[in-house]
Amino acid sequence: MPEPLLDVLDVSLSFRGLKALDALSFSVTRGEICALIGPNGAGKSSVLNILNGVYRADGGAIVFDGGRLGQIRPVTAARRGIGRTFQHAALFGGLSVRDNVLAGLSRKSRTTLLDDALGLPRARAETRGCLAAADEILGFLDLAPHRDRLVSTLPYGLQKRVDLGRALIAKPKLLLLDEPMAGMNGEEKRAMARFIRSARDTLGTTIVLIEHDIGVVLGLSDHVVVLDYGRKVGDGPPSQVRSDPAVIAAYLGKPQ
Amino acid sequence: MPPAAAALDGRALAATSTPAGSPIRAAGILAALAIAAVAVPVVADDYWYNAILIPFLIMALAGLGLNLTMGFAGQASLGTGAFMAVGAYATYNLLLRVPVLPLPFSLLGGGLIAGLVGLVVGLPSLRIRGFYLVAPTLAAQFLIAWTFNQVGWFSNYATSSAISAPHLALLGRDLSSPAGRYALTLASVVVVTAVAWRLVRSRTGRDWRAVRDGETAAAIIGVPVSRAKLSAFFVGAAVSGVAGALWAFAYLGTVDARSFDLDRSFQAMFIIIVGGLGSLSGSFLGAAFIVLTPILLSHLSGTILGTGLDGGQIANLQRVVFGALIIGFLIKEPNGLAALLGSLVDRLRRLAHRPDPLGED
Amino acid sequence: MSFFLETLVGGVLAGVMYALVAIGFVLIYKASGVFNFAQGSMVLCAALTFVTLTEKGLPFWLAGLVTLAIMVTLAVAVERVVLRPLVNRSQVTLFMATLGLSYIIEGGSQFLMDARVHELDLGIADLPVALGPIQVSSFDLVAAASAGALVLGLALFFERTRVGKSLRAVADDPQAALSVGIRLPALWAAVWAVAGFVALVAGLLWGARQGVQFSLTFVVLKALPVLIIGGFTSITGAIAGGLIVGAGDALAEIYLGPLLGGSVSTWFAYGLAVAFLLVRPAGLFGERPIERV
Repeated sequence: MPEPLLDVLDVSLSFRGLKALDALSFSVTRGEICALIGPNGAGKSSVLNILNGVYRADGGAIVFDGGRLGQIRPVTAARRGIGRTFQHAALFGGLSVRDNVLAGLSRKSRTTLLDDALGLPRARAETRGCLAAADEILGFLDLAPHRDRLVSTLPYGLQKRVDLGRALIAKPKLLLLDEPMAGMNGEEKRAMARFIRSARDTLGTTIVLIEHDIGVVLGLSDHVVVLDYGRKVGDGPPSQVRSDPAVIAAYLGKPQ
Repeated sequence: MPPAAAALDGRALAATSTPAGSPIRAAGILAALAIAAVAVPVVADDYWYNAILIPFLIMALAGLGLNLTMGFAGQASLGTGAFMAVGAYATYNLLLRVPVLPLPFSLLGGGLIAGLVGLVVGLPSLRIRGFYLVAPTLAAQFLIAWTFNQVGWFSNYATSSAISAPHLALLGRDLSSPAGRYALTLASVVVVTAVAWRLVRSRTGRDWRAVRDGETAAAIIGVPVSRAKLSAFFVGAAVSGVAGALWAFAYLGTVDARSFDLDRSFQAMFIIIVGGLGSLSGSFLGAAFIVLTPILLSHLSGTILGTGLDGGQIANLQRVVFGALIIGFLIKEPNGLAALLGSLVDRLRRLAHRPDPLGED
Repeated sequence: MSFFLETLVGGVLAGVMYALVAIGFVLIYKASGVFNFAQGSMVLCAALTFVTLTEKGLPFWLAGLVTLAIMVTLAVAVERVVLRPLVNRSQVTLFMATLGLSYIIEGGSQFLMDARVHELDLGIADLPVALGPIQVSSFDLVAAASAGALVLGLALFFERTRVGKSLRAVADDPQAALSVGIRLPALWAAVWAVAGFVALVAGLLWGARQGVQFSLTFVVLKALPVLIIGGFTSITGAIAGGLIVGAGDALAEIYLGPLLGGSVSTWFAYGLAVAFLLVRPAGLFGERPIERV
């Protein structure tokens, strides 16, 4: 049995008395693509937000990469190696494509304010390194032609790809993707699925993703966790989850 | 609302993210510098120096400071006047108490002290966001003005609230003539703007804009948000502090807390709204606008209405015009004069590149 | 002890006036999502219009009616011309727009009407009244009583009526409110009209106390800490915040002022507000929104 990268143990969360997650447990193996599925309001985004330190769990524990993930702040989560993309891309609208991707490297920067203000050698050297890394990621995601465009002028599908690049450039151990294909057409979805798979294959990134398109989920993921009203109703490889009656009742059987 | 709708509207600020200046831009900046440093001293008289050029340059710098904090990093501040006051009083005390320090170092020291005060004022930004930041910065505005009035040490126990500034000299050269004060102001503004230009293009500037455009997303992808906010307050206040020192020494000739009141903070904010939030050149355009409009208005009312309007009425009219312009810009052109100018240049360039303008669809 | 009480009561009476002004802010904040910086200049504009009309010989009741009509028209126009085009923009942008608006209203009203200090006599006597062991100004009592009555009236109005309930729905979720058929334009107009009315009452009470002059606009600078302490969305909060700031200012001036060298009331409320922001960012009665990512 390969060792898990992430263990979610009995995690609960509530908002003003409303339970969003109820003693949820699941684990994610190193190098796998794990999909969280379930109807709207099932608590999928809440799981990601807890892992990112945006929400604080009311109870339970999370073990990540061999250590407890306590009450952390988002910046700390990023530093521990948890990357994230967003449902609505949440890009920095006033920055170019390359600057958006570069922002993902910011936490690794070692320059001081003085280095930056005076353009001292350390800042120059670091900038050269960062630009090379950004160009590599942009090339990997076929974004090189759009490098200098203001990101808010890009079509939505490309924005989602920039979002992915911004998360990948820092080489996270665990990458959380919140509906990476929402609002895309078939071709864009296939491209995105290809990028996600090759991120896992070439960079070794472990991936947890939320996605509504069941076809995409079953084709892309190694492991599926099904949520309904904050509780887990299914967990296993796609082939098993597809035929689980409880899952079908909660989610798959419902017309979209 | 998505997290990208941070303190300022996300759709702002195209001008700053283009990669290091286009040749046209560089040429424009060089030309402006040449005019300011060579041509102006040949033609300008004392009125131009005292009423237009010096206040324009200094307010551009004050606006630039606020623009770094608010336009680039998205941290709303109504404390510009206070930071200017700190810069002025700190420089005054450095000149007075550490006379061995040459003038540029006193100015720099005044700016750094103002920056440190700005850092402290910015601390609440680690816990509160957006509009709410108006409160701590206003608190600073009132508390700092009060401090300079109450604590005699800062004004060397002067009996009047306006202390006359010490004699301005550098390397034995007297700088107290209008041309000398202009030279000092211009040199300071060029140096500070150059540093600001480097900074907004660096990783620090990128972090600022990331925090502005989406604080939550920035934190989640690992942008050091606290560092970005505090450095934006520090640098912005330091720049405004240098502007305050120049205002006292190169423009007014006196150090007076009353010239750095809340209205000064508003004025700086108007400069960057009209000029362009998140644009370095916008600070200069906005300042030119703010300095020139009253002069134009009083000339205009003089020619149109004869002698009918006194100074108070002109000031009232001016308030109306400024207010209307601010609202107009916010509604129609949130990126200010800098964006208007940018699109004008674009249009001219396109016209120049198209041999047959009638072939347009 | 009785001196302390006298200071406290004086402060609380002033606080009732702050509460009145703050309610105007809360209503607009709930309806339009903006801290309306121009509310202070609306107070000035109302008082200046009223006093100018009475100086021209109009009887009080007529001057009051005309001023009210002007204020309501102004408020509705502001909503229509300035805020509606800025819908969905950030709070800071809206705030700056109202800042510009305050310049227009201040400059405009002082341009059209005489900018000197006007006496305003509402016919309320200003005599010391014994309240148990302490002395209070009869004018302050009457002013606080009228402001208090208006505060309670507004609180009840927005608690009980359809308009109030719609307003709450809009503040909670504008999209949902639209979909259940609340007519936003009508609601906005109603709220801004009420804000104009509040500005008029506040302008008269304050103008009678300290003369009708530019400094009336500074009331906005007191309202901001009041709202931060009470919470921007709560009428109860506005009342509590007003009283806290009124009493705090008065006590600080008396007890803290001499230690620090006087006029601490220029910043004391802000110090209090910043402390609240750090400890309880949503204010006493506000609710902290859930962050969505």
